[in-house]
Amino acid sequence: MTTPRTLFDKIWDRHAIVRRDGGEALLHIDRNFVHEGSMFAFGALAREGRKVRKPRQNFAVADHYVPTLGRERGIAGVTDPEVRNMIELLANNARANGVEHFGIDDPRQGIVHVVGPELGITQPGLIVTCGDSHTSTHGALGALAFGIGASQLKQILATQCLWQKKPKRLRITVDGALAPGLSAKDVILAIIAKIGTAGATGYAIEYAGAAIRGLTIEGRMTVCNMSIEAGARAGMVAPDDKTIAYLEGREFSPKGAHWDQAIALWRALPSDGGAVFDREVTLDGSALAPMVTWGTSPEEGAPITAAVPDPAAAASADRRARLEQVLRYMDLAPGTRLQDVKIDRAFIGTCTNGRIEDLRAAAAVLKGRKVSVPSWVSPGSSAVKRQAEAEGLDRIFREAGFDWRASGCSSCVAMNGDIVPAGMRCASTSNRNFEGRQGKGARTHLMSPAMVAAAAVAGRITDVRKLLTQ
Amino acid sequence: MKPFTSVIAVAAPIDMTNVDTDKIVPARFLRKARGADYGKYLFHDLRYRADGSDNPDFILNQAPYRNAQILVAGDNFGCGSSRESAVWVLMDYGIRSVIAPSFGDIHYGNALQNGLLPVRLADEICKKLRRELHDQPGAQIAVDLEEQTVTGPDSARYRFEIDPGNREKLLKGLDDVALVLQRLPEIEAFEKRYHAEAPWLA
Ligand code: SF4
Repeated sequence: MTTPRTLFDKIWDRHAIVRRDGGEALLHIDRNFVHEGSMFAFGALAREGRKVRKPRQNFAVADHYVPTLGRERGIAGVTDPEVRNMIELLANNARANGVEHFGIDDPRQGIVHVVGPELGITQPGLIVTCGDSHTSTHGALGALAFGIGASQLKQILATQCLWQKKPKRLRITVDGALAPGLSAKDVILAIIAKIGTAGATGYAIEYAGAAIRGLTIEGRMTVCNMSIEAGARAGMVAPDDKTIAYLEGREFSPKGAHWDQAIALWRALPSDGGAVFDREVTLDGSALAPMVTWGTSPEEGAPITAAVPDPAAAASADRRARLEQVLRYMDLAPGTRLQDVKIDRAFIGTCTNGRIEDLRAAAAVLKGRKVSVPSWVSPGSSAVKRQAEAEGLDRIFREAGFDWRASGCSSCVAMNGDIVPAGMRCASTSNRNFEGRQGKGARTHLMSPAMVAAAAVAGRITDVRKLLTQ
Repeated sequence: MKPFTSVIAVAAPIDMTNVDTDKIVPARFLRKARGADYGKYLFHDLRYRADGSDNPDFILNQAPYRNAQILVAGDNFGCGSSRESAVWVLMDYGIRSVIAPSFGDIHYGNALQNGLLPVRLADEICKKLRRELHDQPGAQIAVDLEEQTVTGPDSARYRFEIDPGNREKLLKGLDDVALVLQRLPEIEAFEKRYHAEAPWLA
C-alpha cells in the first residue's frame, strides 16, 4: 500500500522535475500570470537576450495601475504618464513574447486573481504563479498557487520552471456552520487573529472542515487569498463537485474528451484518509462573530463586539510598545468599543472581496439605505461589473450613494491614484491594513463586504447582523 | 548576482516586529525605475519628515548608524507583498545582510536571488545584538556565510542555518536561469510525459 498523501504532496510530486537534497525541487509551472509590475522581470529577460519559453502557459492582465474612472476611453483615459507607460509596457512585453494579454479595454480585464479562476485558466492540480503575494487565491480551486518576486518571475518566463524548497503542511479545519451575516472574510480574519501573521510561515495551508466545504468557490477564494497574511505562501481547498461545476464551460477550461479526462485527474487530488500534516489548527466556525481589524497588521483584529486593547494590559514590554505605536497611528483610545469607531470612507473591491457574491452581500445591506460617508466600489473584474449591472446591483449601490467604478486593484494599494487621504479612516474589504497601504497616513479597518456596507450606512463600524434583522 | 562570502560592518538595530514590505518601500515608488539613487526609497515614510527632511528619530539617520551594512530586526521581517523592490532598496542603500528571528517567505527568497543574505537567529540572540548595538553605537557585526556564523560586537559567535543549495548559489553568485537551462533535456522529457497526460495544459 502506498503512503497516504495530502493534496499538496500530490501536486508537488506530480510537478517535480528534479529533486535536490534539503527538500528542494525544480518544479514545472503550469500557469504563470504577469501584470504591470512585472516590467522588471521582462526588462531583465530582454537584457539577457531571452524570450518567454512557453508563451501559451503565461497570461498578462492589467490591474494594479489601471484607473477606475474614465475607462470608457481606454488607454487614452489614463492621464498620469508614468502609469500609462506601465500599462503600455505590459501590452508591449506581452505582444513581443506572444503572451495572451487582457489589457485595459479587454472585456476580460480584471484583477489577476479574479480573472484567472473566472476564465478557467486556474484549474485543480496545477501549479500557478504570479509576481504578487495574493496568488494564493487560486488555491481555492485545488491548485498549488504562490507569489514570487521579480527574479523568480524572470526564471519562470525564461524556463517555465522554478526551484522551490518544499514547505511544511498545515491543515486548518473550520467546523460548524457560519451564522447568518458571517462570511468567508470573517473566517480568515479569525484564523489570522488566532495564529498571527507569521503563524503559517514556511507552510502550505490546506483549509478543511464543514465551514470551508460549505463556502462557495468564491468564498474559498477569499479565505485562500489571505493565506499570505497568515505567513503562508499558499493556501488551498480540495476540489469537489462545486469546483467542477464552477469550471464547467469557462473559456480556458478543458473541453469535450479533455473535460472528462481532467475530472478523473481532479477527483484523485483530495488528501487521502490518514495523510499526515506537520501541524493542525482547528476553529469552531459556529462560534464566529463578524471580524474587524483595529491595528496595522492583519492579525490585529477582533470580533465586532470587542474593544480596542489596552497597552497597559500587554503581556510584555515589546508588546506594549507595539500597541502604543499602533494605537497612535490608528488614533484609537484603549478600550474604545469597535462599534463606536467613526469612519470617513468605505471601499468595496479587491482580489479578496471583489467578486459577484461579495457585491451581492453588500447590496443586500445597502438596499433602501443611504451611506453617510464617501464610498466607492470597484468590481474585481470587468465581467463581475457586467454581471452586477445585469442583476441591477449597480443601481442599488448608486442609489445608496456609492460611486460605481471600473475594475482594478484601486484602493487596495492605491497605486492607481485611488488614495485614502492622510488621517482618514477607511472601512475596507481589502487584505492589508499596513501603515500607508491605502495612502500615506491612511487608516484602514479590514472587514467583510457586508460589514463595510453597514459601516458606510452608519458612518461608524457597526454589527451588520443588526441591520440584517431590521 | 553579486556573490556573498562575508561582511564585517556597522550594524543598525531595527526595533520592530513585522516590518512589512510597504514599510520597507511604499507602493507609490514601485513604478520608479531602479536608478542610481534607488536606495533613497528605503524606509521612506519612516526616514523622512513630511517636508522631505531627515527624521532624526529614525535609526539610520543617526550618525553612528548611517553607514550600516547590516540590520538586526524583530520577527517576521519583510512580511507582506512579493515586491522585489523591498530587497533592491535595501541593497542600493548599502545593506548586505539582515538578521532576524524570522522573515516573510517571499522576501526571504527574493533576498537570496540578489545576494542579500537573510540570517535567521533565535529571538533572544537578535534581542541581545540589538541591545549591544544601542549600547555601543557604531559597533560592528561580522556575518560569514562560508562558516555560517554571526559574530556580535562582544565577539560572541552564533551559528545560523541556510539551505545548502542557496548557500552555494550565494557564495558563487550563480545565475538561476543559466543553471536551470542546463537541465533542458530533462525538462523537455518531463513536459512531454506530463502534457501527454493532460494535453489541454500545453
Ligand atoms: S487587489 Fe490588492 S492584493 Fe489583490 S492583486 Fe491587487 S493590489 Fe494585490
